[in-house]
Amino acid sequence: MKISVAPISYFWPRDQVFSFYEEIEASAADIVYLGETICAKRRQLKTSDWIDLAKRLSDAGKQVVLSTLALNVSESDLKRLDKICNNSDFLVEANDMSAIALLEGRAFVSGHSVNVYNANTLSWLAARGLCRWVLPVELGEQALSDILAQGPQHIESEVLVFGRLPLAYSARCYTARAHNLQKDQCGFRCLDYPQGMLLDTQESQSFLVLNGIQTQSAATCNLLSKLNVMERMGVDVARVEPQPEGTGEVLQIARNMLNGDLSEAEMESLITAYASEGMCDGYWRGDAGYLHQATGR
Amino acid sequence: MQLVCPAGNLPSLKAAVDEGASAVYIGFKDDTNARHFAGLNFDDKKIQQGIAYARERNVEVYLALNTYPQTASWDRWKTAVDHAGELGVDAMIIADIGVMEYARQRWPDMNLHLSVQGSATSYKAIELYQKHFGIRRVVLPRVLSLQQVKQVAEHTDVGIEVFGFGSLCIMVEGRCLLSSYVTGESPNTYGACSPAHAVQWVEHPGGDMETRLNGLLVDRYEPFENVGYPTICKGRFNVAGNTYHALEEPTSLNTLELLPQLMSAGVEAIKIEGRQRSPAYVSQVTRIWRAAISSCMNNTEDFFVRGDWLYELEKVSEGTQTTLGAYHRPWQ
Repeated sequence: MKISVAPISYFWPRDQVFSFYEEIEASAADIVYLGETICAKRRQLKTSDWIDLAKRLSDAGKQVVLSTLALNVSESDLKRLDKICNNSDFLVEANDMSAIALLEGRAFVSGHSVNVYNANTLSWLAARGLCRWVLPVELGEQALSDILAQGPQHIESEVLVFGRLPLAYSARCYTARAHNLQKDQCGFRCLDYPQGMLLDTQESQSFLVLNGIQTQSAATCNLLSKLNVMERMGVDVARVEPQPEGTGEVLQIARNMLNGDLSEAEMESLITAYASEGMCDGYWRGDAGYLHQATGR
Repeated sequence: MQLVCPAGNLPSLKAAVDEGASAVYIGFKDDTNARHFAGLNFDDKKIQQGIAYARERNVEVYLALNTYPQTASWDRWKTAVDHAGELGVDAMIIADIGVMEYARQRWPDMNLHLSVQGSATSYKAIELYQKHFGIRRVVLPRVLSLQQVKQVAEHTDVGIEVFGFGSLCIMVEGRCLLSSYVTGESPNTYGACSPAHAVQWVEHPGGDMETRLNGLLVDRYEPFENVGYPTICKGRFNVAGNTYHALEEPTSLNTLELLPQLMSAGVEAIKIEGRQRSPAYVSQVTRIWRAAISSCMNNTEDFFVRGDWLYELEKVSEGTQTTLGAYHRPWQ
């Protein structure tokens, strides 16, 4: 089983992005997804910068996939999408149907925000060129195992095993709204929140994270204890979400779990340091996403 | 321009037809549609009566099959598609690619509409569905500005349907998992956002109210406040020390004032949200929108939104207030 690093979902300064990928270059990851997937206004790196970065990581032995926006709504979004989809060197992860329209006939990956809920949909996409798909995050073990059993056999599958859950996308920017600003005059406030803005209930229960136009779970989805189960099911890739600190360590923990070098208890004690707002795994069990079996939440 | 109205049951269907709908959209009594609520939707007998009633009055009937089947439940959607085909509905509104492919193969002459839950936000995405499934219409997600709607309409000959009025999804439809994160059930997987069995209304001594979803506090209300249904995106939460509607206020979409622009953009149909609402709501909203569309078609340049229309619509709006939503750029 391979380990991948998801695209950075937050807005980090240019230098931080480059130093993050220096860390990833030396990490246990096999596959690296690169690019801006959330907000078209985040342009600390241009498409050409991402491609340069892709070449460097590729030279270091990583498989690189260029990721696209989850929400393409304007002409300029489509232009940028076209440029990424027509690059001649790297595989592309489609995060909406616009990207799939542009990638049809070539090998491509579908991200978690492309709705593959059943084997029929997977087969249709496979006939258009899909070579790997990422499980939509609200689906769990049963749905996945049914798709793997009945879907096309030559398609790789990938599951998010560690990171905050991507839950929704909007036209509205909630980070701007939290500052009483409109999206068009946001002043790039996301730069001040390298892990998004926490949203709590009125009972001070940490609940969600506002990340520009995206809403994430506050709790970190942790399925590292299921890696061996997934491997037996035939899952090909385990995905880890980038965080400002500790992504390399999390990747190493995932690798050690896969190699049998860590027990579940050892993993659990190491991993809590990388999930500041607690953990969840409910979706995997076909339950509410925020639930967490180990702590009985 | 067509007016497409919601019908959660036969009385609503009749109300919509009587008040001037061009088409009504309905669903079966199960999770194959995104208004899967107890007591709502059509059994076999009612659906046949509904279709007959609409047909006699030259009104079309669309069937919503707009949720996402999983592999184990696939047969239920397959059966629903075939049933809709046998009933001879005027169009099927579909979100899932697998279901769309099956409907096209099995019912080659059926009009297929891409549901808003299909989440197609650009003309490139629409082209894909047109090329492979011959879709005749697309319902656009409520994330596009008016300018972006125009751009989509300019670049495709697939008919464009947009939401005109009703409860407002502020997240791109078909890709919002907030409900299942808290309850395990989402519009995609279950056909409902904030399913009723997970909702709790808690009244405290003194009259304060709380709304909860699967135990999670969505909002607190003082006695003088309107208490809203606990959808997560309309709750009040704490962010950076402030308690406010962090995502959106309880409000309804109302685009009456944009009618001339939507018409000149070539929008083919206006959709009214609200299959879960009462026949009285359907009747009221259909009547006003029919009047507005007729007035706008007769004289687009001098069209104005009458005060009594707005007054009546606000009475049936969530939180008794309305917004232009994403159509209006500053809202974003």
